Amino acid sequence: MSKLNITVNDQPYDLDIPESRTLAQLLRYDLGLTGTKIGCEEAECGICTVLVNGVPVDSCIYPAFKAQGASITTIEGLANNGDLHALQKAFIDHGAVQCGFCTPGLIMTAKALLDNNPDPSDHEIKVALKDTYCRCTGYTSVFNAIHSAASDLRGQGPLAWKAVKTVEPLKAVGQPVAAQEAVDKVTGHARFADDYVFPGMLFGRTLRAAYPHARIVSIDTSRAEALPGVKAVLTHEDVPGENIHGLVYADWPALAADKVRYMGDPVAIVAAETADIAAEALGLIEVEYEPLPVVGDPEFARSPEAARVHEEREDGNLLKHIKVRHGDIDQGFAEADVVIEREYRTPTIEHMFMEPECAIGVPAGFDDEHPKLTVYVGSQIPYEDRRQAARVLGIPEDQLRVRGTLIGGGFGGKEDIAGQIHVAMLAQTTGKPVKMLYTRQESMLFHPKRHATIIRIKTGARRDGTLTAVQAELYGDGGAYASLSDKVMTRATTHATGPYVVPNARIDCYVMYTNNPPSGAFRGFGVTQSAFAVEQNMDLVAEAIGMDPMEFRLKNAQRVGATTATGQLLRESVGLLETIERVDGDMRAGDAPFRWGWREGSKAYGWGIACAYKNTGLGGGAPDRAVAEVEVFENSIAEVRTSSADMGQGLSAVLAQVTAEELGLPVNQVRVLLSDTDLTPDGGPTTASRQTYVSGNAARHAAVVMREALASVAAEHMSVPPDEIRFEGGKLRYNGSSIEIGEVVGWMREQGMEARSRYTYDAPATQPLGTGGDMHFAFSYATQAALVEVDLDTGAVHVLKVIAANDVGRAINPRALEGQVEGGISMGLGNCLTEQYIIEDGVPWSGLFARYKIPSIKHTPEVISHLVEHPTADGPFGAKGVGEITSINTTPAIANAIYNATGLRVFRIPVDQDALLRAIKSGAREVTATWSDVK
Amino acid sequence: MTLWKHYHTPSTLDEALALLASYDGRARIVAGGTDLLLDIRHGHVPPQEALIDVTCIDGLNTMRLDGDTLLIGAGVTHSQIVGSDTLASRATCLVESCGVVGGPQVRNVGTLGGNVAHALPAGDGTTSLVALDAEVEVVHQGERRWLPIGELFLGPGVSLLDPTRDILVQFRVRLCGPREATAFKRIMRPQGVALPILGCAAWLRLDEAGERCEDARVCIGPVAKVPARATAVEEALRGAPVDEAAIERAVGAAHESLSPRTSKYRATAEYRQEMADVLLRRVLPLAAERARTGQAVPEGVGME
Ligand SMILES: Cc1cc2nc3c(=O)[nH]c(=O)nc-3n(C[C@H](O)[C@H](O)[C@H](O)COP(=O)(O)OP(=O)(O)OC[C@H]3O[C@@H](n4cnc5c(N)ncnc54)[C@H](O)[C@@H]3O)c2cc1C
Ligand code: FES
Ligand code: FES
Repeated sequence: MSKLNITVNDQPYDLDIPESRTLAQLLRYDLGLTGTKIGCEEAECGICTVLVNGVPVDSCIYPAFKAQGASITTIEGLANNGDLHALQKAFIDHGAVQCGFCTPGLIMTAKALLDNNPDPSDHEIKVALKDTYCRCTGYTSVFNAIHSAASDLRGQGPLAWKAVKTVEPLKAVGQPVAAQEAVDKVTGHARFADDYVFPGMLFGRTLRAAYPHARIVSIDTSRAEALPGVKAVLTHEDVPGENIHGLVYADWPALAADKVRYMGDPVAIVAAETADIAAEALGLIEVEYEPLPVVGDPEFARSPEAARVHEEREDGNLLKHIKVRHGDIDQGFAEADVVIEREYRTPTIEHMFMEPECAIGVPAGFDDEHPKLTVYVGSQIPYEDRRQAARVLGIPEDQLRVRGTLIGGGFGGKEDIAGQIHVAMLAQTTGKPVKMLYTRQESMLFHPKRHATIIRIKTGARRDGTLTAVQAELYGDGGAYASLSDKVMTRATTHATGPYVVPNARIDCYVMYTNNPPSGAFRGFGVTQSAFAVEQNMDLVAEAIGMDPMEFRLKNAQRVGATTATGQLLRESVGLLETIERVDGDMRAGDAPFRWGWREGSKAYGWGIACAYKNTGLGGGAPDRAVAEVEVFENSIAEVRTSSADMGQGLSAVLAQVTAEELGLPVNQVRVLLSDTDLTPDGGPTTASRQTYVSGNAARHAAVVMREALASVAAEHMSVPPDEIRFEGGKLRYNGSSIEIGEVVGWMREQGMEARSRYTYDAPATQPLGTGGDMHFAFSYATQAALVEVDLDTGAVHVLKVIAANDVGRAINPRALEGQVEGGISMGLGNCLTEQYIIEDGVPWSGLFARYKIPSIKHTPEVISHLVEHPTADGPFGAKGVGEITSINTTPAIANAIYNATGLRVFRIPVDQDALLRAIKSGAREVTATWSDVK
Repeated sequence: MTLWKHYHTPSTLDEALALLASYDGRARIVAGGTDLLLDIRHGHVPPQEALIDVTCIDGLNTMRLDGDTLLIGAGVTHSQIVGSDTLASRATCLVESCGVVGGPQVRNVGTLGGNVAHALPAGDGTTSLVALDAEVEVVHQGERRWLPIGELFLGPGVSLLDPTRDILVQFRVRLCGPREATAFKRIMRPQGVALPILGCAAWLRLDEAGERCEDARVCIGPVAKVPARATAVEEALRGAPVDEAAIERAVGAAHESLSPRTSKYRATAEYRQEMADVLLRRVLPLAAERARTGQAVPEGVGME
């Protein structure tokens, strides 16, 4: 311990702390200033940025004692007596806050910029924020927010949010509403799992496998247990219930028993007084392994020589064979004048949500607030966590409570169990709260990712441009455990015709077990992968028959009355044509005649387009249900409750809006309570772009029930017919007079009634694949055009502009929607150009944030967005899913643009400038190599 | 993980040396820590008993003009270098190379000394210092002395200095005079690690007429185990007018004399060779133009 004198947010401190502290640790753990977030501890992500004497630094690698005598400013120091700083206001008003985990870092970095440069250009903003990452927003809103704050600080007032055109908004629905957590997220007061502390809390760590595939011969924990400060070391032998979990199939041991199947498999868990001691203890656990042959890729996994990942399974390594059969495939190709067949490959992709996983277990009876075993976690499916954890713990579900914290991004990567079960076990064993925070590196190693795929696709068309047949074979790398592979790859398969009318289709998908990290849900749910293949084949066919690619798509586009390849008749809400027309109009606007590609000096430019569709909801016959509760209080505040998760996508605002609309309340009088298995009814999983639709409907109907109850009590009380009462501005109005909604609540209570309603919403029934009926109750549609610049000297690709049109049914919150569009495009751009999770024979090479580049602000293209609103009858106010559709067609649009610019077609992603340039130099026309081939 | 136990911020060189001596190999010099602390965190360097921070040492964190030479303390940050008008106009390549290291947060703490002491064949600051023919002052084996920068590097990541005993004190750079100028550019890939696929810095002096190249120094890296001058390329430039033909001769010389390697997940040898051409074609005309006009505005700072 040594003396550190330091000023933080104008407050002087005289501290006695270990010299080994980093500034981030000092702020978070010693001073409790948890607004400063830690995303990587590699000086890469920048979200730990604070100002030291006004200069932005990464606090995660800044030694606290280097700041001796310095003045530190953190996010908590920005607001002045409760008045938000101009940047904080602007981030909210321009929609630059989604999950909010990166927000403190972005705002602090931006503050340093504005302190020195009152009117920065876009370029200067890029320079300043280049290494401060955000996975949600796609940065467009961040530029706008900074320009607005700069203007405000210059005394010229903030800039208005650049509104997107929508249908006429209602009172709450259709308005750009800020989420209830927004202020806390910009001030640093928002609490994510790692921001919670409990008295006497212990710290947990996990020992992971030493091999991708090995038999466990023995585990000896005695030396670890003997280490002072260690409170528990648990292995599979200590699992109280069934040692198995999994979302669709239970095939994943909570702690590896007989063997390990990937490098992230947990072998033992430790709880200790400090995280350092827990980490040290891991090194003392002795595990003897017998290494087994590694199954490194899905095609090999299907061959007879491949070792078996799960020996007990009858189908060998085949996790699932998924089939689509439609029409007569031979007839279809016989009718075709042109047939194009190609193979495409997509890599494993990491979610890289900015908040690494964290869970805290609090033992039953710890204090008054915790009568039962409680798990705090930022999870996409709290009820599933409870079900799976209770099974492993061997306790009834009612003895476990899962309390959702804020989630720093999910994108599908926080659906599976992470530390939930382990912290519960450790808390039960030690009788103390136990926190388990994954490092970024552990997060990258452990959690399920986007499937790597191999897609062979054959497309046939007549010379007039009519598609006649699609045949495809897909291989998906499911990794070591099933997770959501079945569902994800089903979506890849059923969407492998693209959003077109294809009379004959035959598609086979093989999802294989391998010794790679498991694959699971990731925004786009398999459709991201098939779209890369489908949309490039569309361009190839269009070229072969000499048709404009846009015209070719228009000709074949799904429309009302069309039937999908799974036999679903589309009866309504198919806005694809309009999305194509809107994008086409923008792309061809301007004085010069439109060209798909052209050259200027050593630069080649090209436009590329792609269409996509994506189901809303679980579909395939799965019951899709959400329950929501609405309660109104005497102060005229309503609370809506459901267990669904808001991981930054904006659900809480949507629920508040639909409830406010139905109750005639101002939105700020509606509170939302999410993700708590004791206090909120089950909203179902936050996945499949289903929350606005399914939970939104549940909330809406619950609000309608509530409104009717209020109207009937008021009507009786005042002797007016209930249907003459209007709900407006927080009041019940009739005949020119009005009363507060809260007053009616009082009357209800006097009559012994609760002003509370609950509604169980069941989405329209769907049919399993292969039965020919409606597999899904709604689809969203999109078209994107990308303009790229290819440097013919270096092969470097830059995306200059993306025009997107998304048919979302109804824009409930247009500002949040724009955030989904911009963020989706950014993720698609990363998928195409920068990202690949490299695994070498089961061993991940991409183990660091530094080795896995997500798009930074410097990659941000100009984004032009159109919202197309073809309402779906059953959706809340016509809305359907939006979370995924925005991200799916960016990759193929860029790939098609590269072709139009250079004449080179890219069959593998990420696009590799090295391979691209070598192809340009050698006169090749096709690029089949990618980054990971550079060895 | 505890990366270090004690953290010292001495204010004189003697104090720092005494501290190193007292820890007898168990303490290590740190500057910005943007390489070292990550190396410790990732297990490439063992946790340290103590870190001795050189950035508070008098003279190590400042720059001093001495006639036509500039003394740059080893603890001067990349941001300080980028902010120096003198360097921008008279050692432009150094600003251009330090200006592309990491992002602002890294440049605000990362130092030129740390970049050089890390001895990577592709350290951006290093590439330009080699082209500038910088000298370095070190305390090595207890002795304080000046040496040409090239003598510092022994192998990839290995320098003459023992970071548990020696200290890099400062750099001496002769600033460009009339008809002299420099330029730096690099090629990055959008995937993978932050180090460049290839970087190239050049220093040129033209004759009175502003046509012929009187002298040239070029550094391209990584092409060898240590940062080094591309002497064949320099030779191809000397004495001839800096025109397209000369640049193509330089490119040809690069082809013959340099043999870049394929490095895993960074670049193929073939691509690197192409990029050497591209960089020479970009850097040489730029440096020549600057020398002719006497005007130099750093390019690409903060982005490339
Ligand atoms: C996100 C990120 C991006 C980066 N991008 C780039 C890049 O684009 N180009 C690039 O070249 N580098 C890059 N780096 C690497 C690094 O930031 C730079 O090399 C930086 O200049 C290192 O300086 P430092 O002061 O932080 O060194 P430190 O980490 O403090 O030290 C590095 C090594 O030098 C020794 N050392 C430091 N100073 C002295 C001294 N005065 N005397 C003796 N030994 C000393 C240390 O003991 C250590 O071994 C990047 C790093 C990060 C984290
Ligand atoms: S840069 Fe510090 S946490 Fe990522
Ligand atoms: S809002 Fe930036 S990471 Fe989520």
